[in-house]
Amino acid sequence: MTEPLLQLDKVSASYGSIQALKSVSITVNQGEIVTLIGANGAGKSTLLMTIFGQPRASSGRILLAGQDISQIPIHQISSLGLAQAPEGRRIFARMTVEENLLMGTIAIGDAYLKQDKDKVFALFPRLKERRKQSAGTLSGGEQQMLAIGRALMSRPRLLLLDEPSLGLAPLIVKQIFAILKEIAKEGATIFLVEQNAHHALNLADRGYVLANGEVRLSGTGQELLANKQVQHAYLGG
Amino acid sequence: MDWMIILQQLVNGLTLGAIYGLIAVGYTMVYGIIGMINFAHGDIYMVSAYLTAICIAVFMSWWGWTFVPLILVLTLIVVILFTSLYGWVVERVAYRPLRGSQRLAPLISAIGMSLVLQNYVQISQSARTQGVPSLISGHPLRIGSEQNFVQITEMQILIVIVAFLSMAVLSYIIQATALGRACRATQQDRVMASILGINTDKIISIVFIIGAASAAVAGVLVTLNYGTFDFFIGFVTGIKAFTAAVLGGIGSLPGAMLGGLILGLAESLFSGFVNTDYKDVFAFALLVLVLIFRPSGLLGKPEVEKV
Ligand SMILES: Nc1ncnc2c1ncn2[C@@H]1O[C@H](COP(=O)(O)OP(=O)(O)OP(=O)(O)O)[C@@H](O)[C@H]1O
Ligand SMILES: [Mg+2]
Repeated sequence: MTEPLLQLDKVSASYGSIQALKSVSITVNQGEIVTLIGANGAGKSTLLMTIFGQPRASSGRILLAGQDISQIPIHQISSLGLAQAPEGRRIFARMTVEENLLMGTIAIGDAYLKQDKDKVFALFPRLKERRKQSAGTLSGGEQQMLAIGRALMSRPRLLLLDEPSLGLAPLIVKQIFAILKEIAKEGATIFLVEQNAHHALNLADRGYVLANGEVRLSGTGQELLANKQVQHAYLGG
Repeated sequence: MDWMIILQQLVNGLTLGAIYGLIAVGYTMVYGIIGMINFAHGDIYMVSAYLTAICIAVFMSWWGWTFVPLILVLTLIVVILFTSLYGWVVERVAYRPLRGSQRLAPLISAIGMSLVLQNYVQISQSARTQGVPSLISGHPLRIGSEQNFVQITEMQILIVIVAFLSMAVLSYIIQATALGRACRATQQDRVMASILGINTDKIISIVFIIGAASAAVAGVLVTLNYGTFDFFIGFVTGIKAFTAAVLGGIGSLPGAMLGGLILGLAESLFSGFVNTDYKDVFAFALLVLVLIFRPSGLLGKPEVEKV
């Protein structure tokens, strides 16, 4: 059996006295799209941030291709091939679009800068039009594109996305999911947090359902789509 | 009104303002990156005055050097290096251990650090006013007639040139280099910066070093210009430079430079035309007015930001 690309092994994490993750175990294999769904406050964003050590896991192991990354310095994590488009986008508002993309290359250096920038611009032509514009003046959707584009700039082995569809018009959501599919086809592995469970489960190979900081269910995308509990709680069925 | 007097005050104000601007850089960059007022910054500046005197004494009295340009350049370099070291140590010792604690804790630590530096210098160097020999004392440039003229000293010219050169270099670093981008990224979102691979602790250290180095440039220039100093000079000069930083918009680098110039000019014009004794009061009145009518300063960003 090949080693999973990412494996969370009984990971717990808390903010002060609030325990946000309770012994969560998740695996993401090379080349997969895996999604994580769950209600507000379930701990989805915390899980993605814990992979980046903020907050640190209070117990359990986080293995990236077998290497435990749960204790290494935070700024060294991206150079292991991990990138995140986090909750709230967190683009640098007072930098230009191009500077934001450049920030995405810190983990790997700027050897592929031009090539990768052109690629991101091909995926998101709107960013190209606005490349000299200060990122804070972009629309919400454009900022989301920039956050994804910036994450792609480090050529990650594993891309973590936190609700890329949040606040976007249905047409743009469709576009973004189509782009994710395209990125995955080129060999990237994607771990996707979504409220938009229908879209996410349709796209994903496998999914997990998180509730109150615990994994409640897991299965293939289609299994979860067909699951009564999931339909009732997350698909409005 | 006499134009020559106005012009003279503008010259003096430009010189003073360049100095305030240089020191304000340290307040504004540190505030920008960790959101705290480094109250020990004025004392870092004070330390650089002592280091200047020590350098000159070593070069001239011990080693018997006489070539002034060499003495100046080496003094500047050595003082920048050692003052930076002080800035770095202050951050490591007094602020880094408190990172992530309540906002008030590092502030109190900063005031403590300020007292420590003052007392350390007072004990090791005595409380007496100290001096350095004047190295640059050529005839000042005079423009105008015999009775009515504007006087510009070589030292004033040197101050303005060195200060503006330093600011130009600094602006370039912040705007156009990878280090500058890392500083700006850390300033805007420290968590995201570290996710992208920036060692934010290191960047914060570098910002303290840049601030201390700028203050060191100011310290060398002022010490050469006035010749005397004591362990307490960091206080008033520090508060003035802090005023300049707030005036320009704390957190903004061009703001610090602009605020410094405006404060220097305003103070000089006030001393020239109104009253010299109240020039400090005037400077702080200006601060109060800015805080009332434009709390984010001239070039500062408003508090609310689109998320
Ligand atoms: N910085 C923080 N400090 C304290 N508590 C936090 C912090 N961030 C999150 N929490 C708490 O941790 C729990 C999980 O939050 P998290 O953001 O991971 O939820 P989520 O599943 O991403 O929700 P949403 O779908 O609304 O984004 C919540 O109860 C939240 O209040
Ligand atoms: Mg969330």
